[in-house]
Amino acid sequence: MKITPEITRKSITHLINDGERADGRAMDEFRDIEIETDVISKAEGSARIKLGKTQIIVGCKPQIGEPFPDTPNVGVLMTNGEMLPMADPTFEPGPPSEESIELARVVDRCIRESEMVDLEKLCIEPGKKVWMVFVDLHIVDYDGNLFDAATLGVMAALMNTKLPIAKYVDDEVVIDENETMDLPLRDKAAMCTFVKIGDKMVLDPAREEESILDARISIGITESGNICAMQKGGNNPLTRENILESVKIAYSKVPELLKNL
Amino acid sequence: MILITSNDKKRDDDRAFDDIRPLKIEAGVLERADGSAYLEVGGNKILVAVYGPRESYIRRLLRPDTGVIRCKYNMAPFSVDDRKRPGHDRRSTEISKITAEALRPSLMLEGFPRSMVDIFIEVIEAEGGTRCAGITAASVALADAGIPMRDLVVGCAAGKVDDEIVLDLSEKEDKEGQADVPIAIMPRTGDITLLQSDGNLTEEEFEKALDLAIEGCKEVNKVQIEALKEKYAKE
Repeated sequence: MKITPEITRKSITHLINDGERADGRAMDEFRDIEIETDVISKAEGSARIKLGKTQIIVGCKPQIGEPFPDTPNVGVLMTNGEMLPMADPTFEPGPPSEESIELARVVDRCIRESEMVDLEKLCIEPGKKVWMVFVDLHIVDYDGNLFDAATLGVMAALMNTKLPIAKYVDDEVVIDENETMDLPLRDKAAMCTFVKIGDKMVLDPAREEESILDARISIGITESGNICAMQKGGNNPLTRENILESVKIAYSKVPELLKNL
Repeated sequence: MILITSNDKKRDDDRAFDDIRPLKIEAGVLERADGSAYLEVGGNKILVAVYGPRESYIRRLLRPDTGVIRCKYNMAPFSVDDRKRPGHDRRSTEISKITAEALRPSLMLEGFPRSMVDIFIEVIEAEGGTRCAGITAASVALADAGIPMRDLVVGCAAGKVDDEIVLDLSEKEDKEGQADVPIAIMPRTGDITLLQSDGNLTEEEFEKALDLAIEGCKEVNKVQIEALKEKYAKE
């Protein structure tokens, strides 16, 4: 059991009930966002995102592989995440925790379900060879709200990704490293995470706020205006009104978030 | 091909847009477990066992002020068309986490400090909607174990198939559909304890799916209560 959150719980909850936050932000205000792309030259696409003091490095590595038997002409896109022990004193080395698996899967769902990457264009030879794009999240500094930071970071890395041109000649894949193409993107998406503290829904929780949250909701919305992913977390319930109010705010915030790209 | 052009048209398993699949729940089906339940919905067969509250043997989990719960969702290798490799994967780990979070608000474990409740959900056969079915069955098993609860937790999904919002997606609808919104609620207050959304929905469609899923939960809840009455009302 963590003792500090129990002590700070009261003061944070009081502040929020009075309509204030410890760092002076409004209830629906994001912290500063800083995105830098092309930070790893060995990766085909990469980005470093800072959301407040949360920091994530995202790398995209494509590989040539075989398509899944049920989708022979479709490429593969996979997102993985690791909450590194360096990012927080409570993160443990070893097999990925439930939290890090949830994070990676929610971000993956947001990117994949938005159908922003045209996976058919990642097919090199139907039934034989396709591009498999692996997106890896390296969480290096945890200061709250990994979901939104990770999604935006992945988005930035995908937009930065260049694939070499691959052709299928005589049962073999020939790669031309000198010529590249952009990853075929047809949409964008961003995520907005709210936590419920007391009776209020608070956007972009800082670490302290996250440590005492009653419930959390993350909402992924595409630039074209669809909800593409959603996930509730936390050990307490949300009301129907909490959810619909958050969806409304998220719709107004997503264009703002995407401006950072 | 699934044809749903208006609310009167049937889905490919002859259901209306707001019908849940045939559902059967039985409480107390296992001998050794403190509480258990068996659930069938459509082609899903799910078995849940609950142990505890018992002393937490995992020190880092225990809390001096309340009990904790731990949930393991697992799919049997023979539960799906292509044999599933046994053991936990990323999907089952995520479902275990959100299932525990969905059930926790209903449990009154303050009277059991330093204790742990284990919930084991085994999917014997899967046919779409196993996470919701698992939560529904687990809540019955928790009640069967005699753990103090504020309410049952009940899960149900709504989704979008062929541009229509429909209730309780089958495996086929889930695969061919455009979106899936599984939720869990505590019916007495209407509090939502699980919410996911997967696929593309507009704001209006989402609201419709959410409300439809809430109605579905209320239907399923009746069957939960019947199952507990069946076991306990006559004893």
